[in-house]
Amino acid sequence: MTIELKNLVKTFGSFAALDGVDLKIEDGELLALLGPSGSGKTTLLRIIAGLDWPDSGGVWFDGENALARGAGERHVGFVFQHYALFRHMTVFENVAFGLRVQPRAIRKDEAAIRARVKELLDLVQLDWLANRYPSQLSGGQRQRIALARALAIAPRILLLDEPFGALDAKVRKELRRWLRTLHEEINVTSVFVTHDQEEALEVANRVVVMDKGKIEQIGTPNEVYDRPATAFVHSFIGESIVLPVNVSDGRVWVGDQALNIKPNGATPGPSQLFVRRHDMQVGPAGSGLRGSVRYVRTFGAIQRADIALAAGDGETLIEIDTPRDRELKQGDVVELQPTRFRIFSA
Amino acid sequence: MATEPQLIVTSTGDGVEIRPSGSWIAANVGVLERLATSVASRVEQAKSLRLDMGGVSELDTLGAWLLERLSRRGTAGGYQAEVFGVSENYAGLIDEVRHVNRHNPPPPAARNPVIARVEEVGRFVWGFGEEATVFLQMLGSLCVALFGIVRRPRSLRVTSLVYQLYRVGWQAIPIILLITFLIGAIIAQQGIFHFRKFGAESYVVDMVGILVLRELGVLIVAIMVAGRSGSAYTAELGSMKMREEIDALLTMGLDPVVVLILPRILALIAALPILTFIGSMAALYGGGLVAWFYGGMDPSVFIERLHDAVSVEHFEVGMIKAPFMALVIGIVACSEGLRVKGSAESLGRQTTTSVVKSIFLVIVLDGLFAVFFASIGM
Repeated sequence: MTIELKNLVKTFGSFAALDGVDLKIEDGELLALLGPSGSGKTTLLRIIAGLDWPDSGGVWFDGENALARGAGERHVGFVFQHYALFRHMTVFENVAFGLRVQPRAIRKDEAAIRARVKELLDLVQLDWLANRYPSQLSGGQRQRIALARALAIAPRILLLDEPFGALDAKVRKELRRWLRTLHEEINVTSVFVTHDQEEALEVANRVVVMDKGKIEQIGTPNEVYDRPATAFVHSFIGESIVLPVNVSDGRVWVGDQALNIKPNGATPGPSQLFVRRHDMQVGPAGSGLRGSVRYVRTFGAIQRADIALAAGDGETLIEIDTPRDRELKQGDVVELQPTRFRIFSA
Repeated sequence: MATEPQLIVTSTGDGVEIRPSGSWIAANVGVLERLATSVASRVEQAKSLRLDMGGVSELDTLGAWLLERLSRRGTAGGYQAEVFGVSENYAGLIDEVRHVNRHNPPPPAARNPVIARVEEVGRFVWGFGEEATVFLQMLGSLCVALFGIVRRPRSLRVTSLVYQLYRVGWQAIPIILLITFLIGAIIAQQGIFHFRKFGAESYVVDMVGILVLRELGVLIVAIMVAGRSGSAYTAELGSMKMREEIDALLTMGLDPVVVLILPRILALIAALPILTFIGSMAALYGGGLVAWFYGGMDPSVFIERLHDAVSVEHFEVGMIKAPFMALVIGIVACSEGLRVKGSAESLGRQTTTSVVKSIFLVIVLDGLFAVFFASIGM
C-alpha cells in the first residue's frame, strides 16, 4: 500500500503544526518521521490514521482518497506511545478485541479468532502471557502486546507513535532490532514517529527529518547522516562541531585564520561550518585551525580531546575524536584539518 | 582586582570630558549610581561630550548601561557624544548596550471601561454559545447511536450497561437513603417547630409530602448523582482520553459514543428515577418518624393526612423530571470527559467543571419544569 500526502496544512490556533507537507511512502517501506518535539510529526501520523483532519491538502492510499473515510474505515494499525491497552481485559482479550468487534459479515468465528491471537502472540514472542492483565507486564512487554493488537486486524498500514519513547534505554535497543526483523517478516507499510535519531537511523529504510511543520530532508539513513541537506539536519542528526566562518576569495576563514579547505562552491559571506566529530583530524602544520588541547580521554581505539580554538572572538571549545596513533597531551598546540565538512550560509 | 570606581569630569570649552575609571560593575552599584547622577546635569548643559573609557578596568552590563545613559543625554541635547579608549574586551558589550532600549515600549493602550465591559460580555456569550454547541453535539451523537441500537439491538453493550447500572444505581442507594432520610426529618422538625406557634402542626404533613415528592426528592438525588456518578464518568472518560484509549477505539473502527458513552447515559437514565423513588420514600419515612417522636403525631394519623394531602400528580411531577435530569448530567459529564487534554491538571479541572455545570443545569431545568407544570396545571 502506498501513501501519498499532498500539501498538508494543519494549524492549531496561530501555530502551524504542518506547513505544506508533501510525502510519498512506498509499499512495504519502514519510514521514520524524525524531528524535535513540536515539529509536527505526531500530527502528521494522526492525520494518516484519521484521528485528526488537515485544514487543507490530501491523503491518498493507493490512489484512493483516504480523507473521505473515518479512522475506523482505513484499516490502519496504530501503536500508541503509552500503549493504550484496555486495563480490564487480559492480554488475550486485548489482542482479540479488534477481531471481535468487526462487523458480523467479516467477523471470524471463535476458533479462528483464537488461532489468530495465538499466532500474533507467537509473533511477538509473548504467548506465555496470554492470561495476564496489562498491569502485570513490563513496559517492553506491554508495547509488544500493543503491537500485536494493532496487527490483529491485518492492517494495510502500521503507524507507531514514539513506540519506544516510554521505555528505558536497554529495552529500547532490544525492541528496535526486534521491530526491524518483525517488519521484514510481515512487510506492512509502516510509519513510525521518533525524536531519537539513533532509533530512526537504525530501524528505518528511509528517514524524513521534520522541523517546524516542514520536511527538511527525505533520504536513506546514510544519505541523511552523510549528506545533510540543511544546517538543521546536520545539527539535529549526529553530533556536529559548528563553527562560524567567513567565505571569501575562495577560502574559508575562521576569524583571521584561513582553513586549508576549499569552500566547495559555498556562497561567499558569513556562514557556518559543520564537521562531524570524527571528521576533524589533527593535521600537519599549516592546516590552519590552531588550538590547544585542554583535556584528553581515551576510549579503546580513539581518543576524545577538548580543544580550545583561539580563532574569532573569545575562545571556542570543541570536542574531537581522533585515532590514537598520534597521542595528544594536555597543553599541546595542534592544527586541525576537517576531512569532511559542509558549509551552510548563515 | 576590583578598584573603587571614579568619575573625573573636566570642562573643555563649552563641552565636558568624562573619564570614568576603576571597576564599573554591579557590585559597586551604590557608588556608580551616585557618580552617574552627579554629572548628569553638567552633561545636559554642555555642548559636547567626550567619554574616555581608557581608565575602566572592569565593566559589566550595569556599568556599560550607566555610561551609555550619560552619552544618550548628550544625544537628547542635540549633539553626538564621542566615546573612545574602549578596551577591546568591552567593545562588544558597549556596542550591545548601545542598541538596547532605543525605543520606549508603547504604553499599554488605555481601554475604555465601557468597551472592556462590553468585550467581557461578548466573550461570555461566545463561550456560552460554544458550551451549548458541545452539549448539542453530544445530544446529537447520542441520538445517532441510539438509532443504531434500535436498528440492530444486538449492538447494545449489555454487560457494560448492567455494570454501570450497578455502579450508579445499586451502589448509590445507601448514601441516597441516608441523605434523603435526614432531609425529610429536618424539614418535618422545622415545620413542627414553627407551625406549632399557629397550632397548625397537622399541616406539616402536607408540606413534607408535597415538597419531597414534587421538588426535594428528585433535586437532592440529582445533585448527589451529579457529584457522585457524573464526576466519575468525567474522570473515567478523561483518563481514557489521556491514555489514548479512545484513539485506540477509533482506529479499530469503534465509535466511543456507542461503546463508552451510550451505556453510561442509559444506565443513568434508568437509575435516577429509581433512586428518586427510593429517596422520596426515605424522606417521607424520616418526616414521619420526626412527626411521631418530636411532634407526637401517631403514624396512623400521619399516613391518613398524607393520603389526603398528596395526589398521584405530585408524585408524577417528581418522577417525570428524573430521567431528564439524568440525561443532562450524563451529557455534561461525558462531553467534559472527552474535552480532557493531555495533562492530569486538565483532568482535574474538567471533573470540577463537570460537577459544577451539571448541578447548575439540573437546578435550571427544575425551574423550567416548575414553570411548565404550573402552566399545564399539574
